[in-house]
Amino acid sequence: MMRLTLILAAFQMLFVAPLQAQDSLPPAPYAYRQLDDPALEAKAQELMETLRCLKCQSQSIADSDASMAGDMRHQVRTRIAAGEDPEAIRAWLVERYGDYVSYAPRVTAATWPLFAIPLLLLLIAGIVLWRRIGRGQGRAA
Amino acid sequence: MIAELGLAALWLAAALAAMQLIGGATAQHNEESDLALLVRPVAILQGLLALFAFAMLMWLFAVTDLSVKLVAENSHSLKPLIFKLSGAWGNHEGSMLLWVTVMSCAGALIAAIEHRLPEKTMRATLAAQGFVALGFYAFLLFSSNPFERLPQPVPEGLGLNPLLQDIGLAFHPPTLYFGYVGLSVAFSFAVGAMITRQVTPEFARVMRPWVLGAWVFLTLGITAGSYWAYYELGWGGWWFWDPVENASLMPWLAATALLHSASVLAARDALRAWTIMLGVVAFSMSMVGTFLVRSGILTSVHAFAVDPERGSFILALLAIYIGGALLLFALRASSVAEGQRFALTSREGALVFNNVMLSATLGIVLLGTLYPLVTEAFDVRVSVGPPYFNPVGAIFVLPMLMVMAVGPLLRWRWDRFERVRLPIAILVALVVTTAVVIALTSDIGVLPLLGLSLAGVLAIASFLPLRGRKLWRTPIATWGMVIAHFGIAVALFGMASESAFTSERLAAVNPGDTEHVAGWDVTLQGIEPVAGPNWTALEATLVAQRGSGDVVTLHPQSRNFWAPPQQTTESALLTRWDGQLYAVIGGQAQDGRWQLRLWWKPFVTLIWYGGLLIALGGVLAIIGRLASDLKRRHIRAQAQQRRADRAGRAVGEAA
Amino acid sequence: MRRWTLWLPLALFTFFVGLAAYQLTQPKDEFVHSGMLGKPLPEFDMRPALEGMPGASLADFKDGQPKLLNIWASWCLPCIAEAPQLEALRAGGAQIVGIAVRDKPEDVSRFLETHGNPYARIGADDLSELQLAIGSSGVPETFVIDGNGVIVHQHIGDVRESDVPKLLEILQEAGQ
Repeated sequence: MMRLTLILAAFQMLFVAPLQAQDSLPPAPYAYRQLDDPALEAKAQELMETLRCLKCQSQSIADSDASMAGDMRHQVRTRIAAGEDPEAIRAWLVERYGDYVSYAPRVTAATWPLFAIPLLLLLIAGIVLWRRIGRGQGRAA
Repeated sequence: MIAELGLAALWLAAALAAMQLIGGATAQHNEESDLALLVRPVAILQGLLALFAFAMLMWLFAVTDLSVKLVAENSHSLKPLIFKLSGAWGNHEGSMLLWVTVMSCAGALIAAIEHRLPEKTMRATLAAQGFVALGFYAFLLFSSNPFERLPQPVPEGLGLNPLLQDIGLAFHPPTLYFGYVGLSVAFSFAVGAMITRQVTPEFARVMRPWVLGAWVFLTLGITAGSYWAYYELGWGGWWFWDPVENASLMPWLAATALLHSASVLAARDALRAWTIMLGVVAFSMSMVGTFLVRSGILTSVHAFAVDPERGSFILALLAIYIGGALLLFALRASSVAEGQRFALTSREGALVFNNVMLSATLGIVLLGTLYPLVTEAFDVRVSVGPPYFNPVGAIFVLPMLMVMAVGPLLRWRWDRFERVRLPIAILVALVVTTAVVIALTSDIGVLPLLGLSLAGVLAIASFLPLRGRKLWRTPIATWGMVIAHFGIAVALFGMASESAFTSERLAAVNPGDTEHVAGWDVTLQGIEPVAGPNWTALEATLVAQRGSGDVVTLHPQSRNFWAPPQQTTESALLTRWDGQLYAVIGGQAQDGRWQLRLWWKPFVTLIWYGGLLIALGGVLAIIGRLASDLKRRHIRAQAQQRRADRAGRAVGEAA
Repeated sequence: MRRWTLWLPLALFTFFVGLAAYQLTQPKDEFVHSGMLGKPLPEFDMRPALEGMPGASLADFKDGQPKLLNIWASWCLPCIAEAPQLEALRAGGAQIVGIAVRDKPEDVSRFLETHGNPYARIGADDLSELQLAIGSSGVPETFVIDGNGVIVHQHIGDVRESDVPKLLEILQEAGQ
């Protein structure tokens, strides 16, 4: 949990996630262990990269040493190994933690602009290009 | 005494900035007023005073004056001198002072040497520059005074934070400030040009080196930051679409668009309003980034010392400057004719396409970054991450990259399609062939597939503008473009390759055990405790070998700092021409085995080499532009001289 | 370019400034709230977190009596601050079932010796399974469960003195 965070972009630098004591239990069996079947592991990995670590500031559970992230990885891997569909696991977590837990936003009443605005931008881009370029197609320019 | 001198200089500089603003404003009505004539000297003096104030702060840090609050909180008498000095800007107050210092010095520089624009426009520009600086001075003096004294000096400073004692961290923030300041200069030029209705090719030429400079610094800043996250965070990720990362990417996208549209304006006197708009947007993105990062309004992995009060101050400045500039834009832009229309097959046509797509990409990043803030207003929390940014961004970026391959081959004004048909056909055929070959031989995602096939073709295409030219007579600025575009291809290849072909191996191992990842055999030889000045660590000795190649030793560590208590993983990297082996040692399980994480990341280093190439291209472009400006100035001076001679001779003959 | 489009950037910017200003004045809610309120607890059956105490299972929550379910850990600092309030809740008639997250029996008994034991039973959640299943994202958290094993209320963070009457009230309502 107390992991070195790092500065990236702008400014000032002071770090460190909230200080929290570390539990003493060893990590969950599948927190740091891959599934034996590479295809299943790839599936699990893909899902883990898009689930938010709830205890961290903004990291996926695939990028975190927090023990809760480890337990979430364990859940994901065991469920995938049991044949569960990745999207079903995501839905299960979203039911519990809301959309906050998933980095892949769904189209909902609260998030539709996230998808509508890019379409609008595409449309605007098309119009702007058509207006600036399309009709100017003469050598006179 | 030193602190008081610094503070006095700061107040004086603020007063001069106010004078610069007033002088520049009166110059719009009466060009010969005393105040108007003072604008340039005042700007130079203001820059010198700010520099003096910053030097005083450096001095305080160098001698560790513990009666000054900022020094007491951020320094320590036992730090090495270099980190004492870098400590001067490694905090909120000091970094704001550095920012305003660099900005004032930039203002002083243009006041001293820039004579190409009409004097009235220059004064309006300097007034805008003074106005922006004034806000930052007010911020420093009223809410973030770096020279504040403690009622009682303390015996020792607090700051021995080991994490800040990294040479990279010491120079990372200034790199970004230089970028932001360059954009503030472009902003001032844009405002000056708007006020005096002088949106001319000359304006674009004057502004361009500043935009290029800002762009080079931002490129370097982002590249360095990304490499850091990669080696420090210990999981091999290099970009997380985290709000702070996005805050650095947005000004870069805007600056990229701006420098291309400025080229169109300089060469063809077109895209006038658009260039002005981008000038405003680019600076506003650096201020929005500052705001997002310092106000703590968004959650980020790169936690900063945040403060809502500072947030409100920055937001107020943002509202005044950007709101004011956008208002001016709305009122004035309709009187600025957009200039020429474009043919589809022309250089400027391609550049317009590039601009539109870059702006749309910027819009996506801004949308995704701010959207959680929007829903929070309705008590709904959402996360927007890579599964959103990657595909949605690609919708705009991929077409842009395709046009980027072809654009530089086209001529200005109008070009016959037939002339470029052959190279385009070859490029398209290459993209399709590689895509099909990769799709058939491996099983990777759509985005990496497109990225890989496009990168190869882009790399070739970026050199096509040199075709048929004599290399040593090609202008340096053209070389700059070629290298920057090649850098994009290189970075793209690294990104696509990393995301498509990375192999990962997580394992619990005993000393003596060997693990395998992508052709490498990695053996854990042993674990030893080691100690540093303020940490202890467990250091693993790993022996890595690929096939029958050389045996290499790696030493990843799991480090514990004690003041403040923190655990970090120090990854060990082994770089080969075709990729990097990334090793991390984790904790020990109850059965005594060590947790080992290994990755093989093919061509991952190309991401950052690409970034460096892009920056190099920018540097060459600046050199090329400045050289041709100097040449033009020289020619003009000679012509003037000749005219004067001729006139003199005529007078002589007449006599 | 039409005139009104020139005002568009200013309009968007004003929207942004308004939003940011509004958010700056709002207290930041860093909590992740559980989506499981009104839903039943999942099936679970845990070993005791220490010797001499009963473990916890779903059946314990289905005896018709409402209970508090306290997610905690001996390694969690706010849990120490919370201990006297849990004691007050117990004194107020609350049955508290503890769920010790990622904890060792010896650490648990040491914690209880030092800070008191308000729990009727303590189950050990070694893989945070129950924690994840009920949408809890940290320690400590306290859930109110009605007599049929349905989650009624979630309290995030340590229970302060002022929270005690409210929790008792909710608990009582859950019993009706």
